[in-house]
Amino acid sequence: MSTVEQLQDLTKQEYKWGFVTAVEEDRLPAGLNEEIIRAIAQKKDEPEFMLEWRLKAYRYWASQEKAQAEPKWANVKFPPIDYQAITYYSAPKQKTELKSLDEVDPEILETYSKLGIPLHEQKLLAGVAVDAVFDSVSVATTFKAKLAEAGVIFCSFSEAVKNHPELVKKYLGSVVPYTDNFYAALNSAVFSDGSFVYVPKGVRCPMELSTYFRINAQNTGQFERTLIVADEGAYVSYLEGCTAPVRDENQLHAAVVELIAHDNATIKYSTVQNWYPGDKEGKGGIYNFVTKRGKCLGKNSKISWTQVETGSAITWKYPSCILQGDNSVGEFYSVALTNNYQQADTGTKMIHLGKNTRSTIVSKGISAGHGQNTYRGMVKILKGAHGARNYTQCDSLLIGDKCGAHTFPYIEVKNASARMEHEASTSKIGEDQIFYLQQRGISREECVSMIINGFCKAVFRELPMEFAVEAQKLLSISLEGSVG
Amino acid sequence: MSLLDIKNLHASVNGVEILKGINLTINPGEVHSIMGPNGSGKSTLAGVLARRESYEITQGQVTFNGKDLLEMKPEEAACEGLFLAFQYPVEIPGISNAYFLRTALNAIRKYRGEEELDAMDFLPLLREKMRLLEMDDKFLNRPVNEGFSGGEKKRNEIVQMAVLEPMLAVLDETDSGLDIDALKVVANGVNSMRSTERSFLVVTHYQRLLNYIVPDYVHVLVNGRIVKSGGPELALELEEKGYSWTEAEPAGARR
Ligand SMILES: Nc1ncnc2c1ncn2[C@@H]1O[C@H](COP(=O)(O)OP(=O)(O)OP(=O)(O)O)[C@@H](O)[C@H]1O
Ligand SMILES: [Mg+2]
Repeated sequence: MSTVEQLQDLTKQEYKWGFVTAVEEDRLPAGLNEEIIRAIAQKKDEPEFMLEWRLKAYRYWASQEKAQAEPKWANVKFPPIDYQAITYYSAPKQKTELKSLDEVDPEILETYSKLGIPLHEQKLLAGVAVDAVFDSVSVATTFKAKLAEAGVIFCSFSEAVKNHPELVKKYLGSVVPYTDNFYAALNSAVFSDGSFVYVPKGVRCPMELSTYFRINAQNTGQFERTLIVADEGAYVSYLEGCTAPVRDENQLHAAVVELIAHDNATIKYSTVQNWYPGDKEGKGGIYNFVTKRGKCLGKNSKISWTQVETGSAITWKYPSCILQGDNSVGEFYSVALTNNYQQADTGTKMIHLGKNTRSTIVSKGISAGHGQNTYRGMVKILKGAHGARNYTQCDSLLIGDKCGAHTFPYIEVKNASARMEHEASTSKIGEDQIFYLQQRGISREECVSMIINGFCKAVFRELPMEFAVEAQKLLSISLEGSVG
Repeated sequence: MSLLDIKNLHASVNGVEILKGINLTINPGEVHSIMGPNGSGKSTLAGVLARRESYEITQGQVTFNGKDLLEMKPEEAACEGLFLAFQYPVEIPGISNAYFLRTALNAIRKYRGEEELDAMDFLPLLREKMRLLEMDDKFLNRPVNEGFSGGEKKRNEIVQMAVLEPMLAVLDETDSGLDIDALKVVANGVNSMRSTERSFLVVTHYQRLLNYIVPDYVHVLVNGRIVKSGGPELALELEEKGYSWTEAEPAGARR
């Protein structure tokens, strides 16, 4: 077999997380209108302010939809989405409030343990608290008591609305207003759950926090919302993971994440995204249209995004930082992999407002099969941002000759004292490299995954240890068979 | 039984025949040297033995350790005990030398049904071999060959050979790019590995290397054929007269 043939001999590996769990669902009828919004708010027993906010968001979204203002600038192709065919609320049926993990539907517990996320605390990775979101609802949060001791609030968004309305009211929409973009508006109107984190002044969160999102139900969208607030001097590291069953039709996932870092606070946000990518012919898969943004509100604050994106049919996301506080730091480390017919348009925005603000962007795009991988990044240095600095490194790796890599860096500088550095490269995975490693006894597949892990090193080392190992494995699995 | 037996080997690249009937037998414990002008096919022969895929074998057989070498994938040949020190070692960014070599050694050990080594057991072994080649510890954690000087890359090849302990080591111009001291160090490393079981095929342009690594046989490869074979004295003769005189004589590489 020639090299080219080998390179074209694509994924024999099936998606391993594609099973469906049989649980009774409580779902609203498909379609979207004010009645549905009210029904969601009612099901969640929300205070008035939430309903009002949702309705405003809905009305804004409806006007945008009417004006056909769905964003079209991304370098991705997909047929129009029928928003009236989607179900906006689906939850596993459960009796009222859960007192403990033992009350969680065993089918759901089983699902998470199959996914390698045991929810029983004694079996958990030490030092990681998990919030599990199944379809639209948070089903379990572990290590609550231990976190409460430190004063850290880590709960589902619904609980936060009930138990900490003042915090939610203060911060919700403060970084991503519902008018931000089409999908953010949709999310604001219909979001059903997600995670909420508040780390009080001077507290270093004693463990990694993690949310595990799972789409299970058919024909539903998943719209979760995450809000993380680190008060002065606080530190928190948060990780999200995602999977979904194999289904022929596309499913929409439109999440919003807002981060707020006060003076001297640090938030590290890591994502390992492995939504169902569709099959080898490009059928099915998740549309992952996500708005993630952090605000470095206080001086010396820091927000760091790390993402490993291997799943989804289409990924559209730009985790961004607004560097408002003086000396604040924004970071974006990304590995995005597209295989078969996956498309990714991802990158970041770094908006420098404060003095001496610094940002670092490291993006590694890997394309295999017919995958299309676009990096889109913006660095904006505003007038007041004296001494701002940005370093951008953008590398693409191609496997085979039917895939594509594209780079769109936008730079806008309004302050002459700014310093910008940009490096970019595109390379093909080399037969010489593979042969060299093979000659030392290493199998071809392992060689490829080794070369790719080396390529992604600068990003992986930003991930919490346990997850870095997971991410490496995930990358190998996602590429299995793509190089002969 | 011979360790390597090459019979009438013909190989082409992109339809152009490069090896035009090679015959060569190497017994356990022997050191053979191949010399020959640029472009004569020395690296091609080394590449074919290491099972590089870009070569098309059009005729002939190669037996390695009693098995059909031409049926093996590159990693199988390596696991069977064939090592190639590359003329141009390749850089692998982001992967540390130590991690790479441990992965390689464990792949080979696994193939042989031996237990894999963890980092704790492996590191002292690697350190010892690096000391033998007078390589600094800082190379443990540097990405494979990345930014290494020409000579450092060559030394690193021999470190790898020392760790992987092959049956047959093919050294493709390991001496070129080495300074005089480094040449001695590398030759030392190779000599320390000579044994009654292990064989070497040393490709070189310079007789000088053969002062340190004294071969049992020297072969002259010209235009895809072995045109002359002899003992170490042949290398001296070549140094003196060049290659042109060898071509007139009949080939007699098979012993
Ligand atoms: N991939 C290739 N495509 C075309 N020609 C090739 C290829 N590989 C080798 N050749 C040709 O085959 C011939 C033999 O090359 P080879 O590298 O084996 O020579 P060598 O004896 O090792 O030379 P040197 O002493 O310069 O290292 C050369 O003419 C070379 O150009
Ligand atoms: Mg050569």
